[in-house]
Order: sequence, then C-alpha cells, then structure tokens
Amino acid sequence: MNKQIGCSFLVEETNFNNVFIIEEFDKTSLQMIEATREFVKKEIEPNVHELENKNYELVKKIMKKAGEMGLLGLNIPEEYGGFGMGFNLSMFICGEMSCDSGSIATAYGAHTGIGTYPILYYGSEDIKKEFLPKIASGEWIACYNLTEPEAGSDANSGKTIAVLSNDKKSYEITGQKIWISNAGFSEVFIVFARIENDKNITGFVLKKSESNGVTLGEEEKKLGLSSSSTRQVFYDKTIVPSQQILGERNGGFKIAMNSLNVGRIKLCAATTAAAEKVLNISISYALQRKQFNTAIIDYGAIQEKFAHMATKTYASNAALYRAGNDIETKISELIKNGTEKTDAKLQSLLSYAVECAIMKVYGSEVIMYVSDQAIQIHGGMGYSADTLVEPAYRDARISRIYEGTNEINRMLIVEMTLKKAIKKELNIFKKIKEIRKRIPLTLLGINKKIVKSSLSKEKQIVVNIKDLTLLLLGLAAQKFKAKLVKEQELLLRIADLIIETYISESVLLKTEKLIKLNGKENCITQIKMLQNHLCESLNTIKQASQEIITTCSSGFEKKILFILLNKLSNSNDFKIKEIRREIALRLKNDGKYGFSI
Amino acid sequence: MNILVCISCVPDTTSKINFTQNKKKLDEEGITFIINPYDEFCLTKAIFMKESSGANVTVISVGDSKSESVLRKALAIGADNAVRINADSDSSKSVANLIADYCSKNKFDIIFCGRESIDFNGGQVPGFIAAKLNLPFINSCVGLDYTDDKINAKREIDSGHEMCECSLPAVVAGQKGLVEEKDLKIPSMRGIMTARTKPLEILDPESTYNNNIEILELSKPSERSDCKIISEDNVGELVQLLHKEAKVI
Ligand SMILES: Cc1cc2nc3c(=O)[nH]c(=O)nc-3n(C[C@H](O)[C@H](O)[C@H](O)COP(=O)(O)OP(=O)(O)OC[C@H]3O[C@@H](n4cnc5c(N)ncnc54)[C@H](O)[C@@H]3O)c2cc1C
Repeated sequence: MNKQIGCSFLVEETNFNNVFIIEEFDKTSLQMIEATREFVKKEIEPNVHELENKNYELVKKIMKKAGEMGLLGLNIPEEYGGFGMGFNLSMFICGEMSCDSGSIATAYGAHTGIGTYPILYYGSEDIKKEFLPKIASGEWIACYNLTEPEAGSDANSGKTIAVLSNDKKSYEITGQKIWISNAGFSEVFIVFARIENDKNITGFVLKKSESNGVTLGEEEKKLGLSSSSTRQVFYDKTIVPSQQILGERNGGFKIAMNSLNVGRIKLCAATTAAAEKVLNISISYALQRKQFNTAIIDYGAIQEKFAHMATKTYASNAALYRAGNDIETKISELIKNGTEKTDAKLQSLLSYAVECAIMKVYGSEVIMYVSDQAIQIHGGMGYSADTLVEPAYRDARISRIYEGTNEINRMLIVEMTLKKAIKKELNIFKKIKEIRKRIPLTLLGINKKIVKSSLSKEKQIVVNIKDLTLLLLGLAAQKFKAKLVKEQELLLRIADLIIETYISESVLLKTEKLIKLNGKENCITQIKMLQNHLCESLNTIKQASQEIITTCSSGFEKKILFILLNKLSNSNDFKIKEIRREIALRLKNDGKYGFSI
Repeated sequence: MNILVCISCVPDTTSKINFTQNKKKLDEEGITFIINPYDEFCLTKAIFMKESSGANVTVISVGDSKSESVLRKALAIGADNAVRINADSDSSKSVANLIADYCSKNKFDIIFCGRESIDFNGGQVPGFIAAKLNLPFINSCVGLDYTDDKINAKREIDSGHEMCECSLPAVVAGQKGLVEEKDLKIPSMRGIMTARTKPLEILDPESTYNNNIEILELSKPSERSDCKIISEDNVGELVQLLHKEAKVI
C-alpha cells in the first residue's frame, strides 16, 4: 500500500483514524498556541488600524518582537537556534500570527517561509550556521527575490545574471527584482540569478550591506497589505562569495519551486485563520445590527451566508491539517529509514506538492469568499475603513496571486497528478479502468460497497466524487494525450474536480474523527457543515464535469456520461435550506464560530 | 532569596459563567482557566527579582489537576519549580492553611499572593497565611524594593499610599502597580520548551482543614435592562420613569 505518497487520496480510501485534527494538539502545543494568541492580542490587535497606514516600521517592530518570543524559528532545527517544531503546530501558529492583518501575515510568511526554507534546505552547513540562528531570533529579517519585471509566473526566465570572478571566489550579481516582500527592512536576501547560459537559474544568499550594490525601489502603492514592505531590488555587480550558492549551480529553479510548496500550504494556514477571524467579526455585527426590528442574523438571506462561511472555514481547516499531518508522517517515515532530516523534509514536501497546491488554491478562494460576504453582511459599514472587514477583503486578494497564481497552481495540480500516474507512482490508470468497468452497475444504481461509517450517505457521495474525478481525468487524458497541457480550460476544470475530491474527503474524515472522539450527539453542526459542503461541492463538480464531458466525448459515450454524472452527483437527500439555517443558528447561539480550538 | 508565589487558578474573565445543577459550584464545562490576574502581577515581580538578583522562584497552587496548566505557564514564564497541593480550593481558610503548612517546611523569604482572587474575591488567603506563620503582612502592595533582609513596600490605603519597611520573611499581597500591565510576561517558545522539564511536584495534603463557610447557592447578578435615553427637555418624563418604572423615587 502506497499510503505515504502524496496524491494517493485519489486512488485510496483513507481511514479517519489516520488523519490529524486540530482538536488533537497536545498540551505543550496548546500552550504554545495560547502564548502566540497572547502575543497577538498584545502586539498586533491594538495596531490593526495603524497597520493600514503604510507603517512599515511597525511591521518591522512586531517582527522583531515575534523573534524575541521565538515565533520566527518554529521550523528551524534546534541546532540552528530554532525549535524544530512539528509541521502542523508551526502551521497553526502561523495562522494565529497572520489572522489579524495581511501586512503581518505577508511579512511573517515571507520571512519564515520562502525567506527561510531555501537556506534551511539548500544552504551549506556554514551558511546554515551563519544565517539561521539570526533568522530564528529575528535579528536578521529575510526576503526572497525571485520575481522580475519580465519573469513572473515564468520564474525561470529571469534575466538577472551572476558572473564568476576570475579567481572563482565570488559571483557578481546584476539585475532587477520586483514585488519583493520585506525588502525594505531585510538584512538577508535570497536571490536567483542565471550563470552564463545555464538552462536554469541558481539560488544565492547574501547579507545586505551599504556598499554591496544592492539598492531598493520606492515602496509600491498597493490594493492591500498596506504596511507590508514591497519594493523592487536592484543588484549592481553585487558580490556574493561562491560558498553562498544555495544547492547547486543551475539548481535554483528547483529550490524556488520546492520552497513554494511550503509557502503554499502555509499561506492556507494564514487564510484559514483569517477566515475564522472575519467570520467571528461578522457574527458579532449581525447579532447586534437590527433592521426592520430584527437582528439581521435572524434573516435567512444572512443565515445562508453564515452557513457557507462557516462550512468553508471548517473544510479548509480539515484539509489543511490532514495534509500537514501527511507531510509530517512522511518526514518521520523517511528519517526512520535513514534519510537525513533536511532531505526527509524536502522529499516529503515534494511528494505532497499536489496537496500543497490544492490548499493554496482552496484557502485563497475561501478567504476571498468569506471576506466578501463579511462586507455584504456589514452592508454600508462593510465599505468603511473603520471596520476590520474592509482591510481583510483587500488583503485577501493577493493570496490568489502570489505563491504562484491560482491558474498556475490549478494547472500544476493536474500536471503533477498525471506525472505520478505516468511514472506509475500511483495506480491511477488502473483505478480508472476499474471504475470504467463498473459503469454498467453504476448506471443500474448499484453502488460500490463502502467501508462502514456512521456517515454512510455522506461517505457514498465522497466515493462518487472520487470516481467521477478519476473517470473524467481519464477521459481527458485519453482524448488529448500529451496535448492535454495545451487545453488549459480543461485543466482548470479537472483541477476543480481534484480539489473538491480532496476537500470533501477531508471534511468527511474530520467529522468522522470528531464523532469518534466526542460522540455523534456532540457533532450535529459539524455533520450539517459536511452536508452543506457536499451539496456545494457537487454543484461545482456538476458544472466542471459538464464542460469536460462536452469537450471530450460525443454521441453515445456522451449520453452515457451525462446519465452517470446525474447518478453520481445526486444530493437530493439533503434538506439544504434547513441544514444551512441550523448551522447559522448554532453560530448565533454560540456568538462565534465555535469549531476551532 | 527564595520566593514563593501563590497562584489561584481562575476562570478566564471572558468566560460565560454557569453553575452546576445544585447551584453550589461553577460549571467548568467549556471554561478556560488562567492565572489569577492579581497573582500574575506578583509572579512577574518575582521573575524580575530573579532576573536582577538571582532569586529562586517557586509557584504553588492548591487545587485539582486543572491548575497544572496554569502552573506550567508560570514555569514557562520563568518560575523555577512548581507545587500543586492536591486538595479542594473552595475555602480560603483551607487553602491558606495548606500553603502555610508547606511554607513551614520550606523556607521562603517572600510569600507573594494576589490581593484577591477574581473568582470568589475573598481576599483572605494572604492574611490567613501570615497569621498562621506569624509573619509580617503587607496588603494591597503596589510597589516593592528589597534588600537581602528587608523590603520597602508601598501599599494602597483609602486616602493614598503608605510606605512601610518590613523584615523578612514576609507575606505580600500584590496588585497592579507592583508591576504594570505592559510588564506582564507572555511565555516564549523557549520558555515553554524548558518548562516541560522543570519540576512540578504534586503533594497530597497532610492535614485536612474544615471549611468554615458553606455555600448555599450561587446566582448570577441580574441582567441590566436596556438603557433609555431621555432628551434634556423632557424632565417630566424622566421623573415619571424614575417613579413608575425604576421605582426609585
Ligand atoms: C504584494 C506582493 C508580494 C509579492 N512578494 C513576492 C516576494 O516576496 N518574492 C517574489 O519573488 N515575488 C513576490 N511577488 C510576486 C508574485 O509571486 C508574482 O506577482 C506572481 O508569481 C505572478 O507573476 P506576475 O505578477 O508576473 O504575473 P504574470 O505571470 O504576468 O501573470 C498574469 C496573469 O497571467 C496568467 N498566466 C501566466 N502564465 C500563464 C500560463 N502559462 N498559462 C496560463 N495563464 C498564465 C496568470 O495566472 C495571471 O492571471 C509578490 C507580488 C505581490 C503583488
């Protein structure tokens, strides 16, 4: 059984006992989470409005204080001055640090994610010893210089060059980087440049000094992330010692991509926590705002929004920590089998690159949805900069762009999945064959036997979603073969199916586990959120599937596929309006989203 | 210098308070417990004293296992060791006696308590401890300087502040002012990691002390009714309302 392989969710059924849910954090982890919350309450919350005033110094100050608290070195091993914390715990803490302000979220993410990982994973021992302790303590803040004016999504096409000196002791870097988060107050610059005519870029790390030819552009004027420093960085014959190459020459693109894997999933930690925060602000508002003598939370139109906001927050959380745990488990497995610690982390993240991309896309779209509805719930007040939902909405927008745009990530999801299938890392094609074989039975309404569950109806839907996804992935692959990568619209739709499969199954597994831990009677609302999620998910799936079927089939095959689609995407069992009202009622009674820790 | 900080484990100030069915106890379901805020000022002062002159800080709590997370936090903030006396903490007399028993076996120069505990607000424990140990007692302490054998303390009295000098050992009941809110410490990640290996001793009480107070019933304060705003030209209406609705005139 290839359990510890990323993307195996497509071909295997996961037992809920094997997923992690945040309710399982141990006592020490909870203490760390609590301490982070206290920090946020003391240092960030009182500043949320000031952080809308382009106060870059304030962000720097908060980052330095976070460093003193140990919050910048969570993932850095103890031997380099950090805490070597588990992946999920560091994600949760990242969420707590990020949920109040996009400016802090970005500064924190850029420093602890893409600003740290290239050094941690690819730096030489000397480099790690020199840089990591100071990055962990916040003495040095780091930034990541990949994007160039002409090289954004196509990051490997950058024009920045690195020229080896005659004595081979150093490189001279020249070029222009753009949109660099933290640039204004960073000491450490991770920069990618091309050596001679290499196919790929190469990664370097350097310490900024007054005289080494690094200059900065003005602060960019942005839609959101008001106090996050975002500047251009100009390199003019900047000298970097040869030992400060990260990894190998020509290996920079790999570094950039692998660091993005962590960046992507961690971004979802930030967006999920922010969604919860924004939801809570909206619940408080809707409880006290009266129109026509009724608190607006009592209106169906508002309740439906709350039900969706809560469901998406719950779903994002379920999938995020499931993925994080899989990554963590694989790291331990690799270490047990003799892989060196850093390599183990890298390999694990690479294996789960599909899940990382899924979480990036899903999380960024959840925060967009939630912050948009939050404004709607606030009405005119939501349009006012005096509320916290207004900056939340503007700050949310970037998450669909950076760490790879959602389009690029969606296409990557399908391409990486197909690669795993072709390389036979996963038995995807075999599974597709099995599903095809069963089509006549499915048409007759004879369902596949599913493992017993306290949520059998819901489980059946998840099984159906998975079958449909594989079937249509197979259909598209068969129709277009290698040319599928050129059919971007199709790739986007297939990605939606894969995303819905992963998220739906994760919500089911989390709910099953909660039922086991707390009893079904204490999970009524979670079950309703699962049902609401499945109904919504099936809507997305129907739409995506229709497009795939009409593009990839015709005649009798098309007819059969549509009948099959109808059978497999049926959610008629659920009284969806009541379900949503009940979810909203629970939020009202609790006065908050009470499904976190 | 050896310092003892007595810590009461109390419901978070934002908790929704409910009672058990017989209305004699707090319903602990869903409640987060925290270090009593008054005790936290004392703890922080003790840690400052540790940082400036190397005092050894012990924290003690009388209560069940839920107070352990609160003690762990105190360790993470910087206390050196922690003690939990495994006994009911409902009566201040019993709590004070148990702590005093512990102090008579372990030598402390300063015994800090919060001026009162925000759950029952009895404000009796520090006085009881001092009486039982026959030690000087400074209540409502808002400032403290110390040398090895004496302390200079500032305490709040009705008409202002009183400065007093006192020999050690002594019992000090502290509050805000001893340190300021901004000084309160959040445990750092390193603090939390190191706290895992610091000793947290659980002791069974050697004596039992009778409770001299019986709680008959707990009840919540009645909810405040909506605020009515009456315009300044409507004195007549105001008088009417005060008479008929509020029934105060
Ligand atoms: C606030 C902010 C902070 C940032 N921080 C950093 C940082 O710290 N470090 C860093 O290196 N970069 C950073 N970036 C850059 C960011 O990662 C890029 O903006 C992002 O990768 C997109 O690149 P681009 O802007 O050049 O857009 P483009 O690549 O020009 O994309 C424009 C549009 O075309 C689409 N597109 C592009 N290629 C394809 C394709 N092959 N197929 C289909 N569609 C395609 C995209 O999806 C997008 O919709 C930041 C950007 C912002 C705005």
